[in-house]
This record gives sequence, structure tokens and C-alpha cells, in this order.
Amino acid sequence: MNAILFDVNECVGCKACVYACAKENELPDTDLEILSEHRFTALEEINEDEEWYLRRMCMHCVEPSCASACPVGALKKTPLGPVVYDFDKCIGCRYCMVACPFNVPRYEWDSMTPRVRKCQMCHERVAAGKSTACAEACPTGATKSGERSALIAEAWRRIDSNPDSYARHVYGEKEAGGTCVLIIGPQEVIDVLNPNVPNTPLPHRTWFVLSQIPAAVAVVGAGLVGVNWIIQRRMKLASNTKTSTCEHTKGGKP
Amino acid sequence: MNASLRILARPWRLIGWLCVVAGLVATYVRFTQGLGASTNLSDDFPWGLWVGFDVVCGVGLAAGGFTISAIVYIFRFEKYRPIAKPAVLAAFVGYLMVVGGLLFDLGHPWRLWHPLVMWNHHSVMFEVSWCVTLYTIVLTLEVSSLVFERLKWLRALRRVHRAILPLTLAAVLLSMLHQSSLGSLFLLVPGRLHALWYSPILPLQFFISAMAVGCAMTIVESNLSSRAFGRSVEADVLSGVAKIAAALLGVYLVLRVGDLIVRGVITELWPLNHASLFFLAEIFLGTIIPMVLFSMHRIRRNTKWLYHSGQLAVVGFVVARLNVSITGFEVAAGKTYVPTWMEFAVTAMLVTIGIKVFYLAAKHLPVFEDDADAAARSRRWRAETDRQDGAPACAPGAARDGSLDQRGKASDEKLLPI
Ligand code: SF4
Ligand code: SF4
Repeated sequence: MNAILFDVNECVGCKACVYACAKENELPDTDLEILSEHRFTALEEINEDEEWYLRRMCMHCVEPSCASACPVGALKKTPLGPVVYDFDKCIGCRYCMVACPFNVPRYEWDSMTPRVRKCQMCHERVAAGKSTACAEACPTGATKSGERSALIAEAWRRIDSNPDSYARHVYGEKEAGGTCVLIIGPQEVIDVLNPNVPNTPLPHRTWFVLSQIPAAVAVVGAGLVGVNWIIQRRMKLASNTKTSTCEHTKGGKP
Repeated sequence: MNASLRILARPWRLIGWLCVVAGLVATYVRFTQGLGASTNLSDDFPWGLWVGFDVVCGVGLAAGGFTISAIVYIFRFEKYRPIAKPAVLAAFVGYLMVVGGLLFDLGHPWRLWHPLVMWNHHSVMFEVSWCVTLYTIVLTLEVSSLVFERLKWLRALRRVHRAILPLTLAAVLLSMLHQSSLGSLFLLVPGRLHALWYSPILPLQFFISAMAVGCAMTIVESNLSSRAFGRSVEADVLSGVAKIAAALLGVYLVLRVGDLIVRGVITELWPLNHASLFFLAEIFLGTIIPMVLFSMHRIRRNTKWLYHSGQLAVVGFVVARLNVSITGFEVAAGKTYVPTWMEFAVTAMLVTIGIKVFYLAAKHLPVFEDDADAAARSRRWRAETDRQDGAPACAPGAARDGSLDQRGKASDEKLLPI
């Protein structure tokens, strides 16, 4: 599975990734600092005692909430890693936006044919065996694209060889059951990332309920039929003398 | 009396027209300039009033249809038969309004049918769309019997009547699925919904509260139609419905508060804030007060008070559902969302149209039983309750025969010792 590793300590804030992304996806000029319908990735400046840059983008979850939420399967996890979007299916219900634990998908609110907008990890490039546009553009190697397991190993190598400047945490290794974007850096920056994301994949929660449906329907259905049968029978026994006409219109009189 | 009623109706008619005109303006803006121009929705707040009220509340408020028809056609509590048809009609109109609301909210309303052919069985939304579609078909069939009866198409009528049991069964199963699934929708967002509202048992809570408010809606809607058509209220029947509602609200209260205690988040209520105030409003207005009122014999005997209690339960329910779909997100995100006037106007327009459609259908179709019957039954009931004074008068099943009568009363006394 393809993934992207972002190393806060290597990033110099040149925004080459942001420009490369805009070019690759033919996005218009706009404010570069926040994710929007025109920006699939953004560099957030973090000022503690030092200045750091944090890349925001779709995390390409291994088990994405957005894809499990989408009623028509417009969002899909591809085996190669990218979570991709098919506009022709999308009905615009925006459940994907509500469902994403990282608050990533954006919407073209002012369009009459609005699309959901988010990073698709250059899925065509990845399928052709190339690295993503942002990784290719990065002059320092702060953004790297490659096989997920190899990148996790590399992330830990960097952390272990320089424990003073890294938190012992690869953000995305476990979050939401694992993501295909991995972030390492100093504790101050890792703290900025959403800490509320549980480590089990979120779609398991809804699937747990959905998978009970066949059993629930069978049990409740059988129960209702049974109860109705018993009641009908007892009513018939109790009123042997009465002859029932059309059940539905009989009226409520005893 | 009739004259004073007409005067009373006039300001409402004016408000209704205002709602429709404002709604039409908003509709024009929505369908020429898009969601951004007409709503306060944003990337931080992708769902607002149209989802929160028109869909999440609307579907719940229409739950009276399946609840009452299950009571009548499956459990055969014959006493409730007179309100079965109005309840089903109200549900039908309610679901049409929900679909109407969806058409406004979806970015691509003309793709409404996509979930039916493009499947993702992992999606709760997919399941909800299928169930709502199927249930609307079931409701259409049920309501069609009224049309057949009116047109005297006896063969078709007989056919629908023969199918009433399977139809009701389908209605109950489909409703069970999508009423609870409306809650499941929010299971996916533990990080984005405040802990007072995010609960693993949301599906169960949504199902129970929908049935309870379905009963409350039946009470309200019966009272309104009795005013509109100048007929007497089915006081005895509604008293029974109120008892059922009280029991359901009791179950819901236990589930709701118990869940907060078990998850250890009841402490979140302490320093009173935005979230806890909204929670208290929801639990008192929508659950505790109506539950107490519905279980009081004196209230149930008084048509007017019963009506107001029903209204309270409905309002409280709306607060509760909006809390899940809006307040809970606001508090968790630390942001606020206030709908635009256009969002309100469209919602008000849909409600107005819904009421009007129900009124017209009820006027021209054989929805209500003969007024003479109802009045006679009501008188009998009052005389009876006066005699018994205080004892639960018309237990569900009282109209049935023999041993079942016994069972109905016994279980009822256990639930509501008044
Ligand atoms: S980060 Fe959000 S949008 Fe991206 S794959 Fe995960 S759930 Fe989907
Ligand atoms: S907005 Fe589109 S992509 Fe997102 S969940 Fe709805 S249909 Fe799927």
C-alpha cells in the first residue's frame, strides 16, 4: 500500500508541495494556508519556541470513514492506497464530510453541481509507479512517498536516531486503525494533531450495527408473526359466535 | 362556536401563506445559486437545519404511522382502530415532506435514486435510503386503500385489506431499521459529537424515542383534526395512546440517563454550560415532564391538557434530535451554526404544505370514523371512568374479549400505578 511520510523537522516551509499539488490537480489561485475546495493540502505554521510547519491533507485511512459512509460508494479505498472520489456517483449528501475524523473533505458550496474536494494521492501517478506530485517537488525530503511498511520503518529509524527532536509517535501508524499519511516531528507539533481519533477503525462501529440487521429482521419478524397468530387464534376462540366481516373496516366497537 | 373557530383559523392561514411565499423565494435562491448562497452550511458544518429537522426530526415525528398500525393490525388492540388510518395518512404525508427536505439538502437532488442502483452496503445512509424508499411505497399502498374506498373500487380495496397484515409487518420492520439507523448515522463520529450525545446505543435510543413521539404526534394530530373538522376527539383512545407514550418515555429515560451514568459522562453536566443547558432542556421538555403528564389520570381525562402535553413532548423531541444533529457538533467543534432565514423558510414551507395536504386528504378521503360513533364511544368512556374513579379506565385491550382483557389490564397496572 502506497503512503506518504511527512517529517516536520525536515520541512523548511517553502510550500513547493502546495504549489505542485495545485498544478497537478489544476486548482485555481487562492489562499494557501488552509484546506479548502481549492486546496487539497496546506501548510500550517506552528509557533511555539521555534517555527514549524505542519502539512494538512487527507490522511488516506486504511479503513476510511468517508468511504464507509458514502451511500453510493463514490469514495473508495483503492488497493494501492489512495482514497479516490467518483463525482459521477456522488449525490451530495455530505455524510463523508461529517464522518471524516480528520475533518478533511471540502465542498463546492457555491456551485450548482458541487463536488466533494480532497487529496486523492495522485492516484494515476501512483498507479503508474511514480511518487506523488508533492513528494517529487519537496526539495528536502520532508515529504516522501513509498510503501507504507517501509515508510513506517524509516519513520522509526529517524525517531530512534534523533530522539531529542522527535516525539516517540508516528501519527497515522495506529490512528483510526492506521492511515496512509504518516507524520513525525517534535511533541509540540504532534500535539496539534487531532488527539481524539481512536485507534480502532471507525467504520467498525457502524458495521457492527449494520451486520445485526438480518438477524434482527428475522427475530423481530418471526416474533411479530407469532404474536399476531396467537392473538388472532385466541380472539377467534373467544368470539366463536361472532362472524367477522372485513377485518380492516370492522370499526372499533366491541 | 363555529364563527369563533374561523376567526381563530385566520391568523394561522396568514402565517401559512407567509411561510409559503418566503419558502418559494428561498427555493428560488437555493436552486439558482446553490447551497452556499441559501444556507449557513460550511465545511465545518456540513449538516444543518435541513438534515437536522426535515430529515432527522421528520422521520421520527412520522413514526406514529407504524406504531399505531402495529398496535392495531398486529397486536389487535381493537380500541385503537379509529386512529390507525389518520396515523398512517400522517406518516405518509410526513415521509413526503422528508423526501421534499432531502431534495433541498442534497447537492444533486436529481441523483436521489443513485443509492438504489449504486450500492455500498457498509453505509448506514445507504440502508436508510433503501428503507425510507420501501417504507414510502408501503405507506402509499396503505393510503391507497383510502382512495379505493372513496372511489368504491371494491376489488382493489379488498386486495389491499387482505394484504394489511404483511404490509404492517413490512412497515414495522422497515421502520425499526431506519428509525434506529438514523441514530447509527452518528456512530461514525465519536470525535466530532459531544459525549452527552454520542452514545453506542444511539440506534436504540432513536428507535424508542421515535415510537414515543409517534404517539405524542398522534395525540396532537387528532386534536388538530378534530378542531379543523369540528368533530369530537377520540378521548378514550388518546388516553390509551398517552399511556403507551408514558411507558415508552420511561424506557427511553432509563436508557438515556443510564447510558450517561454507565459511560461516566453524567459529570459533564456539572458546571452549567451551553451543552448541559441544552441537554436539560431536552430531557425535561421532551421526556420527564411529558412522561409525568401522560401518566396522570387527571391529565389524560382532559382533552385540552392531553393535547398540550402532546405538544410539549413533540417540542422536546425536536430539541433532542437537534441536539444530536447540531448542538452536539457545535459544542464539540467550539463553533456555532445559525441557519439562514432561507433555511427556516423552506422548512416552514414544507411543514405548511404537509399540514395542508393532510387536511385536504382527511377532508376528501374516508380517514375518520363516523363522528356519531366516536362521540358515543367517548361518552361511554367518560361515564365508565367516572364510575371507576381513578382506576386505569381503558387499558389497551379493554375492547377485546375474555382473557386478553385481563392481560391488557394487568400489564398496564404494572407499568403505571396511578
Ligand atoms: S482522512 Fe478523512 S477524507 Fe481522508 S481517507 Fe480518512 S476519512 Fe476519508
Ligand atoms: S457527498 Fe458524495 S461522496 Fe460524500 S458521502 Fe455523499 S454521495 Fe458520497
